[in-house]
Amino acid sequence: MPLLRVWKRRGVFFSDMIDESLRELYQEVILDHSKHPRHFGPLDHATHNADGLNPLCGDRITVHLNLDAEGRIADIAFEGKGCAISQASASLMTDMLKGRSTAEAEKLMNGFLHLVKGEEGVTGLADDDLEILLVMAGVSAFPMRVKCATLAWHTMKSALEGSGAPAKSE
Amino acid sequence: MSFVPPLSDFSILSKPVNGRRLAYLDSAASAQKPKFVLDAMTEFATSEFANVHRGVHRLAAAATQRYEEARVAVQQFLNAKHSDEIIFTKGGTEALNLVSYAFLSPRISAGDEIVLTKMEHHSNIVPWHFMRERKRAVLKWVELREDGSINPSAVAAQITPKTKLLAITHMSNVLGTVNPLKEIIQIAHAKGVPVVVDGCQGAVHEKVDVQDLDADFYAFTGHKLYGPTGIGALYGKRAHLKTMRPFNGGGEMIAEVTEDKVTYAEPPHRFEAGTPPIIEAVGLAAAIKYLKGFDRAAIKAHELELYQYARKEIGRFKWVRVIGEAEDKGAILSFETTGMHAHDVATILDGEGVAVRAGHHCAQVLMERFGVASTTRASFGLYNTREDVDALIAGLEKARSILL
Ligand SMILES: Cc1ncc(COP(=O)(O)O)c(C=O)c1O
Repeated sequence: MPLLRVWKRRGVFFSDMIDESLRELYQEVILDHSKHPRHFGPLDHATHNADGLNPLCGDRITVHLNLDAEGRIADIAFEGKGCAISQASASLMTDMLKGRSTAEAEKLMNGFLHLVKGEEGVTGLADDDLEILLVMAGVSAFPMRVKCATLAWHTMKSALEGSGAPAKSE
Repeated sequence: MSFVPPLSDFSILSKPVNGRRLAYLDSAASAQKPKFVLDAMTEFATSEFANVHRGVHRLAAAATQRYEEARVAVQQFLNAKHSDEIIFTKGGTEALNLVSYAFLSPRISAGDEIVLTKMEHHSNIVPWHFMRERKRAVLKWVELREDGSINPSAVAAQITPKTKLLAITHMSNVLGTVNPLKEIIQIAHAKGVPVVVDGCQGAVHEKVDVQDLDADFYAFTGHKLYGPTGIGALYGKRAHLKTMRPFNGGGEMIAEVTEDKVTYAEPPHRFEAGTPPIIEAVGLAAAIKYLKGFDRAAIKAHELELYQYARKEIGRFKWVRVIGEAEDKGAILSFETTGMHAHDVATILDGEGVAVRAGHHCAQVLMERFGVASTTRASFGLYNTREDVDALIAGLEKARSILL
């Protein structure tokens, strides 16, 4: 997994690398997603919805899902306001999950959580998926910001589970 | 005449952060501790420490004496009439909860009202929400002016015969507004309403005289006052404290315990159940002593000069909206940045060694009032310099270049 190794090396926190870490965190793709979020807005005929709250900053997000008869995510959308990281993460997530099965969504989520927490052992993801998720891996160098990145995913999960209770970005 | 920041007292300030010179602009969240305070705590812990008010051995006596001396130091700091009007708590939050539980709760019933302002910190809101939830009390909010100040007549307008308490901050942790407490307390007292003041910020930057203010309660916290965490204090008028039920139950707060009854100690010990934060109390007394070594008006002037410098510099940025421009305000600069979220700004500032707070600052009612979800906040302490402001301004320009 060469991509992963590159990112691991960059994640090391040397002072002269702080600039690089910041620029990786706020790289073009992320800023683009945060300024022009995909699948943003309400979703007609949503079958599953959930609210998520980041208690640290008060940011809120709502995720809407439309599951088809086979349990696939036929459509997905999100609403809410937040920092560049949380918005980009939500936008990337919706892009990625449209058309996936719930089992795949879960697998991607676990892979994502591993990546942004800087943990080892991200396995079983297709290279294409990994490549997309790695865009967010720069967050792992900023432990205070991990919750911003995970909020959308936790909210998506609680929408799938239909618990109705607001998700927290734990 | 001009105040020289005692930088060498704060060794943390000379340690690089992210490879950059640290510009610590988050003193409103918690202030750094001078060596004087840390040494006093170590000295006490390594030569005189034991539990207090228990045991007859020499160290117990020495520690008890130091703990009670700390109470006197707080008494003098607030100019309270008696030292038994000072209760040690674990912080400002606990002090305010104590007032809610031990003072207000037995005196309030369904439909009674609590007046509070929209600039309160959550720790001066949630204890009153408890009264709403548990006693069906009603919260009445004092509106703020656009500049973040309070019109005393707006307070008067919210007080009715059902009002059982006014809760108000001395100084806002977001806006920096310093409230005209004396006038407001007079208004409340004229209508028979007791007043609890959240002094967590005010005690740091303003001279406090609880007798002159005629406050019923005044709460503050040690860690924002260049003292340790884990300690704060509540001032309460003796006449109130005597009539109040205990807060926590345990050791130290009793007169006598038998199988079927318990009687309580007199204030302040009635409210200090269990082993208190003894080393921290000594540290708090040291912080007060440390501050006494300066002309506090000169510290305030210094902080305000930095604030004004920062305000002027930031004013150049069309994309910055400052929140809190009251005439009487302390050195806190809160702002919104168009197109950039406060957390992203703070992360980039951190990369430049500039420590600020971003978020709702535990003041969501205030955020709602100003229609913002979060702000970036730079707050100043006695150790800050113009260099810190320059780093902040340069950092903001950098944030803009990265994020937009
Ligand atoms: C205005 C105000 N009130 C209360 C508090 C709570 O103080 P503490 O966290 O020390 O209990 C704070 C600080 O967090 C504050 O700024």
